[in-house]
Amino acid sequence: MRLHVVTGKGGTGKTTVAAALALALASGGRKVLLVEVEGRQGIAQIFDLPPLPYEERRIAVAPDGGDVYALAVDPEEAMLEYLEMFYGMRRAGRALTKMGVLDFATTIAPGFRDVLVTGKTSEAVRRRGKDGKRVYDAVVLDAPPTGRITRFLNVTEEVADLARVGPIKNHSDLVRGVVKSPETAVHFVTLLEEMPVQETLDGLADLQAAGLPPGGVFINMVREPLLPQPVLDKAVKGRVDTAELVAGLEAAGLATGGDAKALAEALAEELAEHARRTEIERDERDTLTAAERPSYELPLLADGVDLAGLYELAESIRTQGAA
Amino acid sequence: MRKPATLDIDAILDDSGTRIIVCCGSGGVGKTTTAAALGLRAAERGRCAVVLTVDPARRLAQAMGLSELDNTPRRIVECESGGQLFAMMLDMKRTFDEIIEAHADPERARQILSNPFYQSLSSSFAGTQEYMAMEKLGQLRRSDEWDLIIVDTPPSRSALDFLDAPERLGRFLDGRFIRLLTAPAKAGGRSAFRIFNAGFGFVAGALTKLLGAQVIKDLQTFVSALDAVFGGFRQRAELTYKLLQAPGTAFLVVAAPERDAMREASYFVERLAEERMPLAGLVVNRVHESPAATLSGVRSAAAAEDLQSRGEHELTAAVLRLHTGRMQLAAREHREQDRFVTAHPTVPVAQVAAMSEDVHDLAGLRRIGELMAKA
Ligand SMILES: Nc1ncnc2c1ncn2[C@@H]1O[C@H](COP(=O)(O)OP(=O)(O)OP(=O)(O)O)[C@@H](O)[C@H]1O
Ligand SMILES: Nc1ncnc2c1ncn2[C@@H]1O[C@H](COP(=O)(O)OP(=O)(O)OP(=O)(O)O)[C@@H](O)[C@H]1O
Ligand SMILES: [Mg+2]
Ligand SMILES: [Mg+2]
Repeated sequence: MRLHVVTGKGGTGKTTVAAALALALASGGRKVLLVEVEGRQGIAQIFDLPPLPYEERRIAVAPDGGDVYALAVDPEEAMLEYLEMFYGMRRAGRALTKMGVLDFATTIAPGFRDVLVTGKTSEAVRRRGKDGKRVYDAVVLDAPPTGRITRFLNVTEEVADLARVGPIKNHSDLVRGVVKSPETAVHFVTLLEEMPVQETLDGLADLQAAGLPPGGVFINMVREPLLPQPVLDKAVKGRVDTAELVAGLEAAGLATGGDAKALAEALAEELAEHARRTEIERDERDTLTAAERPSYELPLLADGVDLAGLYELAESIRTQGAA
Repeated sequence: MRKPATLDIDAILDDSGTRIIVCCGSGGVGKTTTAAALGLRAAERGRCAVVLTVDPARRLAQAMGLSELDNTPRRIVECESGGQLFAMMLDMKRTFDEIIEAHADPERARQILSNPFYQSLSSSFAGTQEYMAMEKLGQLRRSDEWDLIIVDTPPSRSALDFLDAPERLGRFLDGRFIRLLTAPAKAGGRSAFRIFNAGFGFVAGALTKLLGAQVIKDLQTFVSALDAVFGGFRQRAELTYKLLQAPGTAFLVVAAPERDAMREASYFVERLAEERMPLAGLVVNRVHESPAATLSGVRSAAAAEDLQSRGEHELTAAVLRLHTGRMQLAAREHREQDRFVTAHPTVPVAQVAAMSEDVHDLAGLRRIGELMAKA
């Protein structure tokens, strides 16, 4: 796989998973490019770096050798680069920008913007060094959320409606070649909650309808089970051994007599609620299984995602065979 | 936790002077759920309410009978109180089309509607949804068929998008480049680029090379056709804006008790004040409380460890660990709310507990309404 596109519902962990996946893919001495396209400097934030310029630079070293490069694609810069590369029109490009043409074009037809950023990404995927080998072993794209992903990757169709002939059309055909190739995979990040799971299934269906290549499902922020399954199964039905809780609370010196009983009942209620949530999570997991895509689980990191946490997630991705 | 002023939801719903409630806030915090719950509660308290939802979760839409997206309000319930609840789901493209049809002559409307650039703009401009929600609100209000309109706002990264989008669309339509493109129409229909100075001619050459001549032609047709309805756009956006500032409007900011969402809520409260929009209060949604709050997280953790080291009462130890986590979460949420209350001590606040399941039926909405009003 060369191009890994990472999407998912907003806030589920797309940027985090894309970064961890890039690290995992780089390990063992490979060279990976991590690309972001939304202009939010998410990569810089997560790697604790100053804002990234429009330039590929090395930002991390994988555990056993291997490099992760990053690029924050700016559509305006991409347009200038494109004009210069294909037409030698740097000056005209600047003039266009000054007149607000790019703002205009991306407002009226967001597809133009998407073609520019996916174009830049495709170029990195295809790029070869002097030795004729690909420069990057893999490219990971921190992509727009599920609701927009199919359209984003399928800009060719939209742009084809707007520009039936001409250079933009040629350019978008080239992008299509990369995006629809068997070397590309679109991964979904989800949580074990109803809405993100539903979006994942809808997204997979949209992708398929558009003839785009689906990848794996990354279930993020998975909590470790705190209680044995039989206890949870009973608790869901409202059956909690409160007598045992009373004894336990008394043994721990937390309460006695009536107080212990009241506290035990309150804790039993809390347990029942937890058990219901766990059951929902299990149902959501089953729903995902029905999608028949390879799935990977990433743990909820108690202290949030710092650099160490990112390496931990990368390790988990590797041991599960996703990279 | 600091004690903020309480937000009296029922007082707002029962006041016949309240004609519009706007639920706003950052993405995914529960705006749609809150709007629907308020609508149901208002109807059950005797009002004739309509909820204008934007992009409701599928099962909620089904529960509300909103399976058709036909851009007109449908009756959901009729209450014993005499109240009624209507709901509709915004179709932004349809709304945009209707505006064009209403404000351009038929020939021009046809030209605009079939133009590929219009189709792209009307279905995907970041901000079209916000603008069309405002437009629809204006229409519902003018029809005067409902005595209370509850507006849900579009999902966005930032809560401010809702206030900014109409202006952004206006600014776009006023943009320099768009002016240049429309100029030929005004200059008697001569070729667009001929009348411009050399500098622009140069740019035009580049554009033509880049986009192809057909695209430029489509663009011009579109822009000059749209030009005809410009004035109307701006005028109505201003009217709706004034409507929002009027005393019959109540803004409710919805937030989750998390850092980012509370910070957005703070910005939004300040922004509403700047724009002189009437803020009714903050709804903190999906709050985690513990039924065993008398037992602190610290004591609970210590006791769990104690039991474990003695190898006794495994179940109790596990339940105590669960409780510890819950109390830590509650404490974190309190801290986030405290920040807000310190910064905005006069803003009334209501809390809604997190349900263990998603909310997608009328019973669930009723429950949310009760929690909100309980305060
Ligand atoms: N496994 C995890 N454990 C703990 N926290 C996590 C985990 N994954 C992500 N997060 C946290 O969740 C939040 C959202 O993650 P992230 O920014 O990666 O999501 P996103 O999908 O890229 O969001 P957006 O839609 O805003 O781009 C961040 O604060 C991140 O640190
Ligand atoms: N108090 C609550 N307890 C449990 N679940 C809730 C609660 N409030 C909302 N939800 C759930 O959270 C999810 C998001 O809610 P909702 O769609 O209302 O948010 P929103 O702010 O409208 O999102 P968007 O910005 O995407 O439009 C839904 O699945 C809803 O059922
Ligand atoms: Mg992100
Ligand atoms: Mg919503």
